[in-house]
Amino acid sequence: MELSGGEIVVQSLIDEGVEFLFGYPGGAVLHLYDAIFHQEEVKHILVRHEQAAVHSADAYARSTGRPGVVLVTSGPGATNAVTGIATAHLDSIPMVIISGQVGTPVIGSDAFQEVDMVGITRPCVKHNFLVKDLADLAVTMKKAFHVATTGRPGPVVVDIPKDITDPSIKIPYVYPEEISMRSYNPVVKGHSGQIKKAVDLLLQAKQPMIYAGGGVILGNGSDELTAFARLLNYPVTNTLMGLGGYPATDKQFIGMLGMHGTYEANMGMHESDVIIAIGARFDDRVTGKLDEFCPYAKIIHIDIDPSSISKTVKVDVPIVGEVTTVLKEMISLINASNIEIDQKALTEWWSQVNKWRDVNCLEYNRESKVIKPQYVIEQLYQVTNGDAFVTSDVGQHQMFASQYYHFDKPRRWINSGGLGTMGFGLPAAIGVKLAHPDAEVACVTGEASIQMCIQELATATQYSTPVKVINLNNQYMGMVRQWQEFSYESRYSQSYMDTIPDFVKLAEAYGHVGMRIDKPEDVRPALEEAFAMKDRLVFMDIMTDRTENVYPMIEAGKAHHEMKLRVAPGTPINRELA
Amino acid sequence: MRHIISILIENESGALSRVAGLFSARGYNIESLTVAPTEDATLSRMTVVTRGSDDVIEQITKQLNKLIDVVKLIDLAESIHVERELMLVKVKTTDETREEIKRLSEIFRGKIIDVTVTSYVIEMTGPSDKLDAFVLALDEEAVIEVVRSGPMGMSRGEKGLHL
Repeated sequence: MELSGGEIVVQSLIDEGVEFLFGYPGGAVLHLYDAIFHQEEVKHILVRHEQAAVHSADAYARSTGRPGVVLVTSGPGATNAVTGIATAHLDSIPMVIISGQVGTPVIGSDAFQEVDMVGITRPCVKHNFLVKDLADLAVTMKKAFHVATTGRPGPVVVDIPKDITDPSIKIPYVYPEEISMRSYNPVVKGHSGQIKKAVDLLLQAKQPMIYAGGGVILGNGSDELTAFARLLNYPVTNTLMGLGGYPATDKQFIGMLGMHGTYEANMGMHESDVIIAIGARFDDRVTGKLDEFCPYAKIIHIDIDPSSISKTVKVDVPIVGEVTTVLKEMISLINASNIEIDQKALTEWWSQVNKWRDVNCLEYNRESKVIKPQYVIEQLYQVTNGDAFVTSDVGQHQMFASQYYHFDKPRRWINSGGLGTMGFGLPAAIGVKLAHPDAEVACVTGEASIQMCIQELATATQYSTPVKVINLNNQYMGMVRQWQEFSYESRYSQSYMDTIPDFVKLAEAYGHVGMRIDKPEDVRPALEEAFAMKDRLVFMDIMTDRTENVYPMIEAGKAHHEMKLRVAPGTPINRELA
Repeated sequence: MRHIISILIENESGALSRVAGLFSARGYNIESLTVAPTEDATLSRMTVVTRGSDDVIEQITKQLNKLIDVVKLIDLAESIHVERELMLVKVKTTDETREEIKRLSEIFRGKIIDVTVTSYVIEMTGPSDKLDAFVLALDEEAVIEVVRSGPMGMSRGEKGLHL
C-alpha cells in the first residue's frame, strides 16, 4: 500500500485503534486534515481552542486507560497545546500529540506560524520527535505510542513538517507490529529480594499505613491494592491522584492525605512506624514540611519510575516495578510467610485511627442559610449514586469534590493534580463523555476556572455530550481568597471578579440548559432535575457561601500533625498508645 | 563531590539539548560537557562533569537514565578510572620569553603546534588539575586565549561503556 505522509499518520492512528482525534486545523496540517476527510474510522472532535483538545484527549485517556490523541497546527496551535501537554505530563497520562510544523526547507527561518515545538515541549513531555524524513514517519508514530503507553506513561509529541505530509509523494506503508528501542526498556518486575524485605518489614509493623497514589490507577492495580490491603487489614490513604484506586466507602479507607487531607490520614502518616507508598511520589502537597514528614516510619516505596524513588523523601526499601506485578508477588509472599502480624498492636492502632476519625474533620455547618459547597457535593454524590465520572477544575471546588464525593472505582475522578490547571474540567468532561456515552459525567467547577475554557460549551453542543456542569459560584477565586485570608491578613488582592457573566443565559446561548440555584433546599431537586435530562448539557450555577474555606489544611511549611481544623480536635493525640 | 558521568546516547538531533535542558530545568550544576560520536556513528558519547551531594548525583543519574535517548551511563567517580582533558593555549612571546615558555611547556609535556614571531599555540593533555597548574605557571599577561575540551574519561581495565 502506497501512502502519502498525511495518509500514513491517519492510517497509523487507525492501526493503533484510535477512536477519537481531538484537534483544530491550520495551515501546516491541511494535508493531514485532507487525509482525515477521506476516512471514517477515526472520529475527529473539533474543539474551540487547542488547550481544550489536549485536556479532552487527556481525560479520555484517564477514564479509559487508552492513549489520548491530539492534532494541532504549527505555531500558535502548538503553543496553545502546551498547557495541556504539561498537565498530562505532571499526571503521567499516556498521550500522543501530533503538531504540524513549517516545511523542512524553511525550518529555522522564522517562517509564518513557526515555533520550535520540540524545544518548547522538551521539558514537559515524556519524549518528542521531529520527523525530518518521510521514511521515518510510520516507525516514529509507532515509537510515539510505545513510549507514551509503557513504563511510566506520559505525553509524546510528534512534530511533522508540512512537506512530510505532501499528498503527491507516496511511499509504501508498513506499520510495525512491535517495536524495540535499545535506549528504552522500562522495568516491569520488582527485585525479589527487595520485595521479600518489604513484606518482612510490613508484617512486623505495629502502626502501618498504606499510602497509594495515581500509579495504582495508571497501572490498573486497584484490584491488587484492594486484595493486598484487605489481607493485611491496614489503614489505606489515597493521594488526590489516587482517589478511586481503593474503594472510598471501604472501612479501611481513611480518606485522602496531604494539604487538604483528613485528620485521620495525616495523623496516621505522622504516627506510623511502617509506610508503604504505592505508585505515589511524595509530592510537596502530600508531604508538607519534609523534615517532619513521617518522623517515626520506615518507608517502603513501589514505583515504576526509579527517579521517583528517594527524590524528596529518602526511602528504606525501594522497589522499582509495576504496581500490579509487585503487589501480586507481595500477596503470595504474605500468604506464605511465617511472620505473624501483631494483632494486638494492630487493634490498638485501629482504635487510635478511629479516635482521629471521630474528630470528624469534614463536618461543616449544615444549618447554613446559604448553600455550602460541601453540601452540593454530598448531594451530587447521592443523586448520582456515587457512580458518576467527576471531572474538576482547580481550586476549592476541586478539594470539596475530592473530600465529599467518595470514589469506589478507579478512573472516575478526573482532575489536574500535578500542574493544577484551571480550565481543565469542562473539556475533560467532554472527553470522558465521548468515551463513556452512557455514564453520568459531572464537571465540578467554579466561576473562575470555568471561564478559562468556557468556549468548549460549543464543542459540547456540536458532539452532543450532555455533561452536567456543577458551578460552585462563590464569586471569588476561592482558594486564592482562602490563602489571602490565612496568610495575607485578608487582603483580597485580585481574587474577586467584579463582573461574572449570567451563566444561565450563557449556557442557553450555546444551546444548553441553564439553572441558577441560590437556596440550600433547592440544591437536591435541581440536581435531580438536571440529571434527569439525559440528553442535555445542564449548566448549574450554584451560588455558594462566599467565605467558606477548605478544611483541614496544612499550611505551607507545616507538618502533617499541624493541621488547621474547622473545629479544634477533641481527642488529644496519645503517642503512648503504641 | 565531583562526579564524571559518561553517557552513551543516541546520536540524534536534539540529544544534547535534552541533557543540557535537564541540568538547567532541575537546577543541577554542570562544570563541563563534551560530546562526540563514537566508533558507532549512531551513538554519541557524552561526558558531564558535575558536583553535588550523593542524593543529588543519584537523582542526576536517574533523571539522565530516564531520557529516552540515553542508552547507558556510568558515574566514573564510582570506580578507578583515567581522565584526560585537552587544552590549547595561545601565548604572546618575545625574544626574552620564547625559550622560557618552550621549556615550561616541555616540563608539562605540552607541544607547540603553531609559532609566529610573537606567539605560540601550545597543545596539552592531562588531568584537569595539571592543565590548571600550567596556566598558573604562565605569566598572566602573556596568555592570549585558553580553550579546553572539558574532561573525558573511561574506567580502567576490561570493563567498558558499550552496547
